[in-house]
Amino acid sequence: MSDVTGPIVTADGVPLKRKLAQAMFRSRARAFGLALPLLAFIIVAFIIPILTLLWRGVHDSRFADYMPRTTEAVAQWDTKSPITEDMAAAIVADMVVAKKKHTIGRVATRVNRELPGTRSLFTSTARKAKKMKPPYLEALLKKDEKWGDNATWQAIKITAKTYTPAYLLQAVDLKYNADGSITRQPERYRIYMKLLIRTMRISLIVTLATLVLGYPVAYLLSTLPVRTSNLLLILVLLPFWTSLLVRTTSWIAILQSEGVLNNLFVLFGITTDQQRFSMIYNETGVLIAMTHILLPFMILPLYSVMKTIPPSYVRAAKSMGARPATAFWRVYFPQSVPGIGAGALLVFILAIGYYITPALVGGEDGQMISNMIDFHMRKSLNWNLAAALGAVLLVVVLFFFWLYDRLVGIDNMKLG
Amino acid sequence: MSTVSKEDGFVVFDHVQKSYDGETLVVKDLNLAIGKGEFLTMLGPSGSGKTTCLMMLAGFETATHGDILLGGKPINNIPPHKRGIGMVFQNYALFPHMTVGENLSFPLEVRKMGKAEREEKVRNALDMVQMGDFINRRPAQLSGGQQQRIALARSLVFEPDLVLMDEPLGALDKQLREHMQYEIKHLHDQLGVTVVYVTHDQSEALTMSDRVAVFDDGVIQQLATPDDLYERPENAFVAQFIGENNRLVGVVKDISGDVATVEVDGGGVVTAKAVNCGGAGGRTTLSIRPERVKVGADGGPNRTDAEVLELIYLGDHIRCRMRVLGNEEFIVKIPNAADNKRLVVGEKTTVGWETEDCRALDAS
Repeated sequence: MSDVTGPIVTADGVPLKRKLAQAMFRSRARAFGLALPLLAFIIVAFIIPILTLLWRGVHDSRFADYMPRTTEAVAQWDTKSPITEDMAAAIVADMVVAKKKHTIGRVATRVNRELPGTRSLFTSTARKAKKMKPPYLEALLKKDEKWGDNATWQAIKITAKTYTPAYLLQAVDLKYNADGSITRQPERYRIYMKLLIRTMRISLIVTLATLVLGYPVAYLLSTLPVRTSNLLLILVLLPFWTSLLVRTTSWIAILQSEGVLNNLFVLFGITTDQQRFSMIYNETGVLIAMTHILLPFMILPLYSVMKTIPPSYVRAAKSMGARPATAFWRVYFPQSVPGIGAGALLVFILAIGYYITPALVGGEDGQMISNMIDFHMRKSLNWNLAAALGAVLLVVVLFFFWLYDRLVGIDNMKLG
Repeated sequence: MSTVSKEDGFVVFDHVQKSYDGETLVVKDLNLAIGKGEFLTMLGPSGSGKTTCLMMLAGFETATHGDILLGGKPINNIPPHKRGIGMVFQNYALFPHMTVGENLSFPLEVRKMGKAEREEKVRNALDMVQMGDFINRRPAQLSGGQQQRIALARSLVFEPDLVLMDEPLGALDKQLREHMQYEIKHLHDQLGVTVVYVTHDQSEALTMSDRVAVFDDGVIQQLATPDDLYERPENAFVAQFIGENNRLVGVVKDISGDVATVEVDGGGVVTAKAVNCGGAGGRTTLSIRPERVKVGADGGPNRTDAEVLELIYLGDHIRCRMRVLGNEEFIVKIPNAADNKRLVVGEKTTVGWETEDCRALDAS
């Protein structure tokens, strides 16, 4: 090292680092400028919607906005002691306003989610609220005895929270109680974990199936001469050029009980006309169709990795006395692992969020978590729960990503 | 060792032919016997069939016709992993996911060798190539030359009788390549293993081999020791391919004994040693090595006029391009000795050579 201390300077005395930064600025600015449109698009059309939706999973200000006095009143209530006149007065006053502003329906819907059956309680009471006179608690009880029930007010207390873990907890079959405790949902409401586990099981099976089916094909592609392998690669990619809907519905034609496959089974005496296999509108149908649709996503990364493995490795192993199977497992397979990792991760993450195929061929027991998210988005209009389910799904995907990084290492992933 | 008969050859190619597409033969009727402990090089331009021969011997290609024998037994139907032949590949083919030690241990493991014995053999093999300290490195952490040594050690660690090398030094720079040539040669002398070596580099072939088989167009053009190959090429291809060569073409006028009188196309008559030139009236290619030409020769049988066209100073010698008998690419190497007269470009002088040093070969 030289004896000179301090920063290195250029011939005219400017620190080298600053000079370099100046020189690099233009090229950096240009590179950034080129990426800017896409960056802006991604932020506006992708990142912001996702963040907003995730935000909805923990944030619900409807009750607090429309029923401010009640919100304040129940905040002090300890959920156990009897209902006070203050709380009753607050809710009647809020209801008068909400009725006038036509917001009572939204409030009622919101509370109804916490305690089924409270919708009509709210709407019918609100109709009478204007004529009610103090003492309000008595007036409420006269209208409906449920107003004396702690459960009703507990539901209100939960609903009044603007930032609530209730949706996220509901998405994993837990119940958030008014006193802040967390319990499991009653048996008959525990549906989301079951669905999530089924979703993961289906995704894992599909990933394994695509690996088992895709590995030999990718190997074949990587060893054939370029002309033949290009032709086969087009065949692999052919499904991409067909609409997803067409591919899924063609499976219905093949697999349904009066379908091609069942007719063949009957023809060859594998089964009888009365006992046709049910291969569609259930989990089997989902597995078959999804494996077919996701297969190219496994084959392509595998192929691109295998193409880079020179045949001389296996030859070297054989020349050293390894049987073909040993040469494969000890020399070829370990080098194809990055491709397996990339393909499996790709297929798994695509599968875990799969929606159209289970919706079309899933029937009752082939529905996946995405179908439930869709249900809450479009049918029940419980966007908060849909967002919470989405967040859970995202956490699961990130967990598998982390697991993959720990086991294989993300640096080892090769997509081409 | 200049001839090995088919009966006592360790490796024998017996009328071997190979075709990939059923239309053209890549290897045409190959007959070759390699003695035990011999270092034989298959030399030839790319596409000459030499690598195909090596791959057939290793078992990665099957011969379309003919037998390949190893130790007297035909091996055509024996899969590669049962042949027990060591091999060094062009790109080394060291397993990237294993350490150097694991790479070397691999051939011993598949032979179900015990751990202690394995470790000892791996250590010995690494010491043999002076790479003992690198046992725990991965191939990617080694330089090209080091990887080469490991590949060499790995091909020898299970003590095969025969080692095949497919252009193993092709990826190294010139200096390292020359160094490794000597090292491989010394290992061969030390271990007495039979080596079949494939290269397209003629100086590599001459340096290392006991015998060289020169391939062209699927046929062995000449199989001989390095000095025979250089000094006594049997056809025009070998003369041209090995070393530097002056080529004159002409018509044979007369043959008496082994001396041919040839009328060169550019004008002038010279005498040459008749090797492979057919009878009088046939066309022939004359081959003269640049270092066998004397400049300003007084007398001698083949004295002819020459004009200096270009001089290149190369330190130990001067390369002189001349016009001789109408050939403007006639090269003469003049040793840079104190008593040699300095030539200048454009100078008219004479050159000459012994009849012995000018070989009349086939017309190509």
